[in-house]
Amino acid sequence: MTDTQRGSPTARAPRTELPLGRATREAYGDALLELGKANKDIVAIDADLAKSTFSWTFGKQFPERFFNIGIQEANMVGMATGLASSGKIPFISSFASFVLGKGFDQLRMGAAYPHLGIKVIGSHGGISLGEDGVSQQSVEDVALACALPGFIVCIPADEHAMKKAVHAAAAHRGPVYLRLGRPKAHVLYKPDVEFEFGRAIQLRDGKDVTIVANGLLVAQAVMAADVLADKGIEARVLDMHTVKPIDRDALEEASQITGAFVVAEEHLHYGGLGSAVALALAEGTPAPIEFVDLGDRYAESGKPEALMLKYAMTADAIVSAAERVVDRK
Amino acid sequence: MTAAVAITPSVESLQNTARTLRRHALRMIAEAKSGHPGGSLSSAEIVTALYFGGILRHDPANPEDPDRDRFILSKGHGVPILYAALAESGYFPVEELMTLRQVDSRLQGHPVLGTVPGIEASTGSLGQGLSIGIGHAVAGRLDGKQFHTFVVLGDGECQEGQVWEAAMAAPNFELDTLTAIVDSNRYQLDGAVEDIMSLAPIVDKFAAFGWNVLEIDGHDMGAVVAALSQARAHRGQPTCIIAHTVKGKGVTFMENDNEFHGKAPNKDQLEVALSQLAPVT
Ligand SMILES: Cc1ncc(C[n+]2csc(CCOP(=O)(O)OP(=O)(O)O)c2C)c(N)n1
Ligand SMILES: [Mg+2]
Repeated sequence: MTDTQRGSPTARAPRTELPLGRATREAYGDALLELGKANKDIVAIDADLAKSTFSWTFGKQFPERFFNIGIQEANMVGMATGLASSGKIPFISSFASFVLGKGFDQLRMGAAYPHLGIKVIGSHGGISLGEDGVSQQSVEDVALACALPGFIVCIPADEHAMKKAVHAAAAHRGPVYLRLGRPKAHVLYKPDVEFEFGRAIQLRDGKDVTIVANGLLVAQAVMAADVLADKGIEARVLDMHTVKPIDRDALEEASQITGAFVVAEEHLHYGGLGSAVALALAEGTPAPIEFVDLGDRYAESGKPEALMLKYAMTADAIVSAAERVVDRK
Repeated sequence: MTAAVAITPSVESLQNTARTLRRHALRMIAEAKSGHPGGSLSSAEIVTALYFGGILRHDPANPEDPDRDRFILSKGHGVPILYAALAESGYFPVEELMTLRQVDSRLQGHPVLGTVPGIEASTGSLGQGLSIGIGHAVAGRLDGKQFHTFVVLGDGECQEGQVWEAAMAAPNFELDTLTAIVDSNRYQLDGAVEDIMSLAPIVDKFAAFGWNVLEIDGHDMGAVVAALSQARAHRGQPTCIIAHTVKGKGVTFMENDNEFHGKAPNKDQLEVALSQLAPVT
């Protein structure tokens, strides 16, 4: 098969039926509401995107504990520092590009350095934000968040994992970054999925190659594994929802058994999941890796699916990468 | 050099141009099924006065002219109305407008420097345009140029701290070649500016920071043209025009309905809107 055939989106139907569920941002709102009912120290701030991030689900129920601070991301982070210092558990949300981009120094000084329990919620992560274009598409957020010492950095793949992640974030004492997605996400898990920061979820077993993915690309990885199985390549699939701290044990085991990796993420090439996996493997049992990501560039406006296709962050791209990396073994 | 007498079109003809731009903007957004009608419509008179009312000194055939005036749409989500003005001015074909927000289009969802001629800054992350305008104005002064820089901001956008850093800097630099226009349509994304984070008294704030402040009805074409020429002539300090506007102006069901901040009209809504925006003869 040629590469162009591989790139064709209609070449084959995925075997695994993964129903489309809700967007992870919707699940965020529901989980925050649950938390708010159980714990009066939960406080939420949003920066004029409350209806988009779904923090409003909490806000309309708990108006006295919800602050729409306006278009002031840096001020929002600073306020969260004060709230956390006074014993509150602030969840602060905006588009990922704005909360990390405009609040970075405040996060550094006010969350990371003092190791305060601020929960940073970056919605509309990646290029699947779509039509609004590059100014709103967050493709550096994982790199920025991972750069902050002590931060947990997590990108859940579906609504159920997201709900678990939000509860885990509240229970965790330190700072957490959660990336939410705009589009509906394929359902991968049951509501009672076992979820722990730093512990990858294995969705497929395989001995030839390991696909490590997070966010929307986990579903693509599962679809890719089915296609690879038809070609006689058995792929292990790891949902590496937590980029930091990364699950070294899962990577080590996968390296010893499969000896080859594809890392798939909706992020720039540098500083995201790919970098984290490469670091961990270099420190353990190194293996060849192929990367499915945005590269070192920005995308553009367009429908989410069209962009994922054009910028090659699809099941087909993962299949091609897996075949390449198996050849490199 | 012979004194060129700028033949400013009549207010009536400018009003028709504003209607044309509004129709373009809504068609583009409807075609893309995505975009920001409310804030595009509220800026229509401001953009029309700048591009067609003899205010902006620019030459679509020579978009890189170092002496050109600069226009920066800091509230980048309002870009459909700017693309419409650029296309009608001749910067690129009017047909291209319908490619807004599609893959491979030059017309990005927010303005991007270097995509189509006439776009002077990449915006869309709110709060940055006034600082960029200061940079242009200072560069013009360093080069001994006479060009003027106009920046349009949203009122919600004025909640960003950077806007006030820039508001402090421009009068300190005595930048009388810089004009800020606040499209004060009283709404932001999640609701009314007054309810979310009030800017009042915004006139006093800019004045206290050292700006020459003018307050106008941003849909009164004559007043908009007059304020912009006054701003351009004012010496010694930058001018800020607070333009009181109506979000969604010109389409009855969009006016002051913030649902249309960031929602495209459907086919039927578009037809009604276009009929309300028909040229007046
Ligand atoms: C830094 C930043 N934060 C949030 C957004 C999302 N956003 C887009 S438009 C908008 C509201 C803007 O309100 P305003 O400036 O009043 O514009 P207008 O009413 O003219 O549409 C927001 C919050 C953004 N584009 N940039
Ligand atoms: Mg406004």
